[in-house]
Amino acid sequence: MRLKHFLLLSVFLLTSLVMAQQATLTIESWRNDDLRIWRDVIIPVFNEQYPDIEVIFSPTAPAEYNAVLASKLEAGTAGDLITCRPFDQSLNLFNEGRLVSLNDLPGLENFSDVAKSAWITDDGSDVFCVPMASVIHGFIYNKDAFTELGLSEPETYEEFLALLETIKQSGEYAPLVMGTQDQWEAATMGYQNIGPNYWAGESGRLGLIEGSTGYDEGGFLEAFRALAQWQPYLINGYQAVAYPDAQNLFTLGQGTIYPSGSWEISGFNELATFEMGAFPPPPPAGQDTCYISDHTDIAMGLNTASPNQEAALTFLEWMTSAEFAELYSNALPGFFSLSNQEITLQDPLAQEFLSWRSECESTIRSSYQILSRGEPNNENDLWNAAAQVLNGTLTPEEAAAQVQKGLESWYEPQQNR
Amino acid sequence: MTKKRKPFPIHIFVFLAPAFLVYTVFMIYPLIDSLRLSLFSTGTAGSELFVGLANYKTLLTSNNWAPRLWNAIKNNFIFFAVHMLVQNPIGLLLAALLSSKIVRGSSVYRTLIFTPTVLSIVLIGFIWRLILSPIWGISEDFLSFLGLGVLNQPWLGLESTALFTLSLVSVWQYVGIPMLLFSAALIGLPDELIEAAQVDGATAWSVFWRIKFPLILPTVGIVAVLTFVGNFNAFDLIYTTQGALAGPNFATDILGTFFFRTFFGFQLQAGNPTMGATIAGVMFVIILSGVLLYFFGWQRRLQRIEL
Repeated sequence: MRLKHFLLLSVFLLTSLVMAQQATLTIESWRNDDLRIWRDVIIPVFNEQYPDIEVIFSPTAPAEYNAVLASKLEAGTAGDLITCRPFDQSLNLFNEGRLVSLNDLPGLENFSDVAKSAWITDDGSDVFCVPMASVIHGFIYNKDAFTELGLSEPETYEEFLALLETIKQSGEYAPLVMGTQDQWEAATMGYQNIGPNYWAGESGRLGLIEGSTGYDEGGFLEAFRALAQWQPYLINGYQAVAYPDAQNLFTLGQGTIYPSGSWEISGFNELATFEMGAFPPPPPAGQDTCYISDHTDIAMGLNTASPNQEAALTFLEWMTSAEFAELYSNALPGFFSLSNQEITLQDPLAQEFLSWRSECESTIRSSYQILSRGEPNNENDLWNAAAQVLNGTLTPEEAAAQVQKGLESWYEPQQNR
Repeated sequence: MTKKRKPFPIHIFVFLAPAFLVYTVFMIYPLIDSLRLSLFSTGTAGSELFVGLANYKTLLTSNNWAPRLWNAIKNNFIFFAVHMLVQNPIGLLLAALLSSKIVRGSSVYRTLIFTPTVLSIVLIGFIWRLILSPIWGISEDFLSFLGLGVLNQPWLGLESTALFTLSLVSVWQYVGIPMLLFSAALIGLPDELIEAAQVDGATAWSVFWRIKFPLILPTVGIVAVLTFVGNFNAFDLIYTTQGALAGPNFATDILGTFFFRTFFGFQLQAGNPTMGATIAGVMFVIILSGVLLYFFGWQRRLQRIEL
């Protein structure tokens, strides 16, 4: 395999030397919102150093990206650089030989193991995408409402619940702005947001994968119990409130706290007329370490069939630099570079989210690595269970047992627990 | 004198060919290929393995699949029942009213009632989500206006109400179709029969039920079978309002959404084309048996009446 890659590479190198120096790289991506940022901010900076490489950012609609990319790769018309979804989606592309192994790419040492975990083979032998960014979970709040009601950021989960009670008593604002209609908010912005504090981040998540712990015990069950306590504080009719409804309600200033992720920052900055603050998911009283979900979300890989391998590798190497990290994180506040290099952010809200990385331990969402390969799908099960806990149709214990049963039905390490 | 043999009627084939080709390429071939796919399983590296009816066995017996399948079938029958009990009677009532000569401006009404049918389903889903939204919706104000404000619910968010709400939205959208079919049938009835009944002293009520309704029975059957086929192929309304997971807790999951989720995958769940094709096979069997029931149980018993 290596030898073949090497031979291919050298053939491409030779042909590209023979051909003109000018190369054109096309980037496949699902981030169509970022088209202007790539075209007007990121690519011009790259071209200052490498004027001979023309780069075209060519995104598809997010919901269609996986299907469009698959058919383009099949037809041989896919771009040179491919934006990588985390985990299995990209792993499958690598296993099918669509992505080049990037182990030898200079600059890859700037990324931690957690950062690379989403784009690495199960045995850890091949990295196939350059990690670009993660999103961090937490709570965004309306600072004006906090000042008006004389509230401050909670330090513990108990304080958080007391805070919600105070807001509810005041009657002016909805305490927690979130709905369960689309189901994923309950799991992603609810369970996976506050959960790491209960299952001790990476150690709990890896325990699930090894089969030493389960959803129906310890921290994973506690997290369901903690989530269930949100029910009285959600907005009226939350069962039929969809994600965009909740976003609008919060930016219109009708709510106080929005359980969320950093990806909302740029959108909210444009819409909200009040000042916003953010606090990390507060750990239960008596726990010193805090854990945050710092979820690896986006990376960039190299199409095996690209005729511009050399230029593409140059671009990928540039993407590992501190310059790119800072450029990207500032252009897209809320998407934080996974690089270990020191960067500073201009957006105060984004800086606040980023600062938690140094205060708390990072982990990723529990269901994303390996556990969502089987049927029933662990991630979908969590959506259903978390939404039902908030709707009051399942108790936390029932929800935990249901998710665990689904996982056990196909995942061997959990069967032998 | 020998009878001259007729030349072979080539023109028949010429006239049949376009429809035959189009149907074969776009309907029959995909149908057969989909049924073929349901007999295979995807092995390693994307190769297809013939597994016979194993996929159907999994779908009907496995703990992962069977409850979902029966839930989808049950919901689909509820969806169909609401259409049969609400949409078609209302369609008949509207048709009877609009075909009567005392209603003025009936063509205006007919156009207005038919309009939702031609609107995009995404638009319908979006409009109704807004109308029913607990935050911005007008359903609460409307009910309060009637003095029933306490009855307001997050209609699309509760397991007990979501499916009925969506069924009624679909009824609202499609009621124009039975109305048009029924009115066409009613308008086609000869006046002499009705006049004769009136001369005999029949009331409007008995004229409708004893003269008109029996004469449009064939249309009633066609409307029922169209509703059946339409409902068991339904997908888009549920998908646009509730997403592919058809929440809450699969309360609105019908065969169409179950198929979509399985075939194309959803979020982290990878698509499973062979199991998807199996679900499509089950849908085909259900629709086929319904249509056969109609043909042999209903249509063949109808008497042709020479008017």
